[in-house]
Amino acid sequence: MDTAEIIVTAAGLALATFIVWYFFLAARETAVAVSTSGGVQQVDIHVKGGYSPDVIEVERGRPVQLHFFRDEENSCSEELLMPDFNIRRELPAFQTTLIELLPEQAGRFEFTCGMHMLRGSLVVK
Amino acid sequence: MLSTDKNTETATLDIEGMSCASCASSVEKSLSRAPGVQSAHVNFATEKATVRYAAGQASPATLKAAVIEAGYGVTEQAPDTSAVERQAEIDQQKAAAYAQLRRRFGVAVGLAVVIMPLSMLMMWEPFARVVPMTTLNYLLLALTVPVLLYSGREFYTSAWNGFTHRAANMDTLIAVGTGAAFLYSVAATVVPGFFVRHGVMPEVYYDTTATIIALILLGKVLELRAKTQTSAAIRTLIGLQAKTARVVRPDGQEVDVPIEQVQLGDVVVVRPGEKVATDGVLTEGQSAVDEAMLTGESLPVEKKAGDAVFGATLNKTGSFRFRVTKVGADTMLAQIVKLVEDAQGSRAPIQRLADKVSAIFVPTVVVIAILTFVLWFDLAPVQSRVPLALVNFVAVLIIACPCALGLATPTAIMVSTGKGAEHGVLIRNAEALEKAYQVNTVLLDKTGTITRGEPAVTDFVATAGQDAARLLPLVAAVERLSEHPLAAAVVRYADAQKSATGTATPLTGPLAATGFRAVEGKGAAAVVAGQPVLVGNRRLLADENVPLPPDLTTQAEQLLSQAKTVLYVAVAGQAVALLGVADTVRDTSKAAIERLQRLGIEVVMMTGDNPQTAAQVAAQVGITRYFAEVLPSGKAGKVKELQAEGRIVAMVGDGINDAPALAQADIGLAMGGGTDVAMEAAGITLMRSDLQGVVTAIDLSRQTIRTIKQNLFFAFIYNVLGIPVAAGLLYPVFGWLLSPMLAAGAMALSSVSVLTNSLRLRGFQPVKS
Repeated sequence: MDTAEIIVTAAGLALATFIVWYFFLAARETAVAVSTSGGVQQVDIHVKGGYSPDVIEVERGRPVQLHFFRDEENSCSEELLMPDFNIRRELPAFQTTLIELLPEQAGRFEFTCGMHMLRGSLVVK
Repeated sequence: MLSTDKNTETATLDIEGMSCASCASSVEKSLSRAPGVQSAHVNFATEKATVRYAAGQASPATLKAAVIEAGYGVTEQAPDTSAVERQAEIDQQKAAAYAQLRRRFGVAVGLAVVIMPLSMLMMWEPFARVVPMTTLNYLLLALTVPVLLYSGREFYTSAWNGFTHRAANMDTLIAVGTGAAFLYSVAATVVPGFFVRHGVMPEVYYDTTATIIALILLGKVLELRAKTQTSAAIRTLIGLQAKTARVVRPDGQEVDVPIEQVQLGDVVVVRPGEKVATDGVLTEGQSAVDEAMLTGESLPVEKKAGDAVFGATLNKTGSFRFRVTKVGADTMLAQIVKLVEDAQGSRAPIQRLADKVSAIFVPTVVVIAILTFVLWFDLAPVQSRVPLALVNFVAVLIIACPCALGLATPTAIMVSTGKGAEHGVLIRNAEALEKAYQVNTVLLDKTGTITRGEPAVTDFVATAGQDAARLLPLVAAVERLSEHPLAAAVVRYADAQKSATGTATPLTGPLAATGFRAVEGKGAAAVVAGQPVLVGNRRLLADENVPLPPDLTTQAEQLLSQAKTVLYVAVAGQAVALLGVADTVRDTSKAAIERLQRLGIEVVMMTGDNPQTAAQVAAQVGITRYFAEVLPSGKAGKVKELQAEGRIVAMVGDGINDAPALAQADIGLAMGGGTDVAMEAAGITLMRSDLQGVVTAIDLSRQTIRTIKQNLFFAFIYNVLGIPVAAGLLYPVFGWLLSPMLAAGAMALSSVSVLTNSLRLRGFQPVKS
């Protein structure tokens, strides 16, 4: 093994490790829903190459309003799927789309883009 | 929101900006002080103010001013943007995005067809002698930059945006792949000396970069076109809605108003050839209405006063008026749209594995690509290790296609739920579709599914010497005054006979009956055309001391043996005729059941009737297994019984007492005209009242799941084979390497193939028996 091979191997393995850690293991940005005076739990979600925040905590049994603002034209994020709530919605670009739901069971419910590439989850407590 | 009570009006306002209970009281105070206001109540929790005020002295506008004066705002109750408008806006955005995508694709192709031959010229010696390689490389660089920055920019921004969210998508793969090839080429162009010093040929990959981008964009163009078609059904459904309605004003004037302004209770006029504007009850006139768009029933349905009419259906022959009972989101059409939309957003259990795979797909592929690079770099001969490592690294990234996996199930579900709606089969969710696919036993609740669920006269027999055609109007005259369901069946029969034979009666209009008297549990009596007429069961005749001639007794026994109810007719103290009444089998039942059996499904019937009747109906429609004398409460138990035999049971029913059985079954199918409760409990709702819908639902589910399986198989196998080949796994054995450009072509076609396969479901035709 020459020097170049050692460098390439070491760098490659380091990069692979970083990718695994960065995409799978690192902690995610979590947001807790804000309750309005009417008892509705509201969260603003920014959609641009992903969802931020991408982990949303809400309470069980109270209505939830998710305001998705799609800040891009990229077609990846044009659809929003929340299969546990039977929701498939198109998010128009540069607009806020309101998604209303009532979480009745505790658990972790995933939401994704139309092709399951962008992901977030709704954690119901 | 306004409601009027003589001179006092009440308005509800949505108040905004209240942060505490004291805000509410100051809004309340300000409203109470406003001129004309009699009372004002502000609810802090609901953020609403309810104000009663004298009409004329105050108005919603003055109330709003009072709220603003107190330092708060009033949210205008903007009319909900209709589904049509929302869809129109999304369509417009999509059309713009498509046009832009095509432009970007055009530029990429235009430049790629120049870059490709130029790159090849490099290998042609006479040309290489005339034009120095460095010059050519700079020229190629100049041509490639617009491909990257204009055509491919979205890939890089999307990959970056995703990266900052710890998300990786298909664009990440393309961006990293083309980015690596491009940056390497730029380095080889700018500092070729560095490469030469290290014993590496300064090769450039501009053609690879440009071609990949052009091909991926081609894939995207095709994909977008196909995707628009997957949701075509919803668009068609929404498009069915009428835009205007011809409303009759209190002064009798007819005015065309936009559909959004139609109110409950309005009377709407529909002329021949027009669309019914919204749901309502027909009040005046009669017509035949084509309801195919909602129910899939191809024959027009006769409508008369009192019948329900539905928005978006097409009036054929007559003109009529109806009173509006439902508007907006409550209409049948809106509910169908909602149900289909919900179904399209649901997840099929079959998709679970694909979902799990796509969640980790992209980062995993990037790791595989890095390892490919490292292995090629370490194992290939020194002089060719860099290009080999790079080419294979790029090929792995480009060939991997998470899209095909992501599209495999949802696109098929979208096409098929839409197709179902078109044929009057409403599928609640993807799981229902999957369950329907597994069904091997269909349990039918006899009444209302196999049969019409309402009694009808099947036999009318007059005793010797009597003219049946002359007797019928007499019977009908008595029964017209009765409220008994059997009487209604007799009247229907008489009317049908009359219209079938023209004027069979000597008199033109129906005869009038006088002195009508209903005999509880036995029948009815009246005087018609001067003769006393009795219509009822045997006990009625016995009570009235009317003897039964032997020929009628024989006939009656025969009818009873066929499990029919027998009505006896006596005129002037003499028994003269018999009516056989039974719940009749729908014309389509036998054929539909046969079709189900041919699909390999066992059809079982269940009924509350006695075994005799049950056996009779079962034989008539070709069913061999049935449960008789099942109490309503025992229906769910029968479903369990079948399930205990290891069967996957579909239950078909229509009534409230079917709901537990529908819920217990692996899949419940509620029949049209069924109750809301039944529909709630059912996975599939059949808009049309006949069993053909069951065949359609099962057939559609089978074709859909088959399509999904093909898609998933293709998507998995494509990636499972494609990635190792691109990594160069076959090189040691066959010396095969995959060019990144070929990889791009394969990738572009893979998701389009999946989509195209799903779109084949659009050609679904329910099998007619």
